[in-house]
Amino acid sequence: MITVFERPRSLKPVSSHFCPGCHHGTVHRLVARALDRLELQQQTIGIASVGCSVLLYEYFDIDVVESPHGRAPAVATGVKRVHPDSIVFTYQGDGDLAAIGTAEIIHAANRGENITVIFVNNTTYGMTGGQMAPTSLGGQVTTTTPYGRDLEKDGNPIRMAEMMALLDGTHFSARVAVDAPKRVAQAGRVIQKAFEMQKNGAGFTFVEVLAACPTNWGLSALDANERISQEMMPCFPLGTFKDLSASQG
Amino acid sequence: MNKRLFVKGNEAVCIGAIAAGCRYYFGYPITPQNEIPEYMSRELPGLGGTFLQAESEVAAINMVLGASAAGARVMTSSSGPGISLKAEGLSYMAGSELPAVIVNMMRCGPGLGGIDASQADYFQAVKGGGHGGYHMIVLAPDSIQELYDLAMVAFDLADQYRMPAMILGDAMIGQMKEALIPHDYKPLGELPNKDWCVTGKRGREKGNTVKSLYLADGALEAHNWRLHGRYQDLKDQQVRCETIGIEDAELILTAFGSTARIAKTAVSMARQAGLKVGLIRPITLFPFPEQIFRQATERCNRVLCVELNNGQMVEDVRLSVDRQADVRFYGRPGGTGSLPTPEELFEQLQKHYKD
Ligand SMILES: Cc1ncc(C[n+]2csc(CCOP(=O)(O)OP(=O)(O)O)c2C)c(N)n1
Repeated sequence: MITVFERPRSLKPVSSHFCPGCHHGTVHRLVARALDRLELQQQTIGIASVGCSVLLYEYFDIDVVESPHGRAPAVATGVKRVHPDSIVFTYQGDGDLAAIGTAEIIHAANRGENITVIFVNNTTYGMTGGQMAPTSLGGQVTTTTPYGRDLEKDGNPIRMAEMMALLDGTHFSARVAVDAPKRVAQAGRVIQKAFEMQKNGAGFTFVEVLAACPTNWGLSALDANERISQEMMPCFPLGTFKDLSASQG
Repeated sequence: MNKRLFVKGNEAVCIGAIAAGCRYYFGYPITPQNEIPEYMSRELPGLGGTFLQAESEVAAINMVLGASAAGARVMTSSSGPGISLKAEGLSYMAGSELPAVIVNMMRCGPGLGGIDASQADYFQAVKGGGHGGYHMIVLAPDSIQELYDLAMVAFDLADQYRMPAMILGDAMIGQMKEALIPHDYKPLGELPNKDWCVTGKRGREKGNTVKSLYLADGALEAHNWRLHGRYQDLKDQQVRCETIGIEDAELILTAFGSTARIAKTAVSMARQAGLKVGLIRPITLFPFPEQIFRQATERCNRVLCVELNNGQMVEDVRLSVDRQADVRFYGRPGGTGSLPTPEELFEQLQKHYKD
């Protein structure tokens, strides 16, 4: 018998608490598979953030530290400085990384911390019930923008992958999406590359993943996938904004 | 014999911390404790350690959280406004059972206040400071030597009880220079194995998790009772206190930290004048020396509490004596400019001795 599909070893054999159609589970899988393929499970430390992804340790079969809302890059810095030969990654939502934790992410990147950041952008605060995020689109109705996000009043959607690319300490910054099988496969390759660069001691690596929150968007899983390509991608273009691995040969 | 040093308080605490094996420091500048990050930035790299100037106190305490979770002896330091920013991280560390040493060289507040010595962060230190109902170990040195000694004690207690320990000094003691006689570091007792820390599994069967979130029914209550039990153990086993002449005292003066230095002079002035005055100087502010106050006031029914604030420790003194003594207060909340003189305290002692 040939096995063509199995649970990554870096994930525990448990069922998840995520809502139907939520992409956190998909992104968990991609991260776990990258760790498996690079044989990093035994040396990886995950940093869980606050938000829907806080229960990282329930799913990943690795060492995990929980961090306060937005502070995962600082916690990761402390861990990595003590164990420089470990692989350290943060896993953060858009509220976590692009609102309350903006200072921590920018400075961790700017220091060139040799960590990998997985940034799940679902344009809303999932766990607290669908409030506006810094990444919410213009006109997007959320529980705190009941008339739609007003760019004049509420500000503009923030493009983190592009911003990260501007910082000298960043070695890799890309945006991927997980709304369709071929893009899931592509996202998996990009995430694996980010971990591989960390393994090689490159520096700060950042992967933004466009993901769905069907529950808070009030859409079916399929329509939520549709929204990613139709509405999110025009504002958040996919691509690699910085890759120093090429220049390093 | 170790060589006598003539150093600032802010340096003494670093020398003690490094002797105790602290190799990681994360902080952010604020007066009057800047000699601490400056000293650590000079010394740690040569010892194979890490000094990192964080982008904020918020980031600094979370770097401390990470380094502690990774098993290191780690320290940070700040003063009032910065400690306020660290409160969230401290609460998470308390919840996650993480040891670390935090130095607060108190300055005057509230708000930006001033950079003078003050003791107005007593509540913030001993009552938790952050959310959720927790305690830290709080140590209050009154000399440069003691800053050095207690830095070692703080690391050991933090590890033994798996919680943050704060060294509560102030601008006066941080900036003052005094002789220090270094001694070798000897652990207080057997230190627990940090088998809970994150290292990457490295062959371990189960991954280690450092967390403060307890969702299952009853789990958080059990966790909070466990933490509470540790606070009880501290009260039973780790109270530190200096007393002078309380056996025959008619009036007990109590003060902590730099104020206690002035209080000691005032007490000896009172004794010379024939007044039976004693001194209780809590060294651990948490655990508070409740028993010592209680026992002392079984025969002496008057206590005068002196602080550089409007009255904070006095509340713990009152709780400790539980109405069995008359507890009075004298405070100077204006910073170093309003520091009481020994003569001023002596006058207070005369006044409270009589009426
Ligand atoms: C200091 C602090 N502020 C607010 C919260 C409440 N909170 C929990 S999760 C969250 C939003 C998380 O949103 P995001 O990071 O986008 O992740 P998602 O849940 O969408 O995956 C907020 C505001 C908190 N836990 N701590």
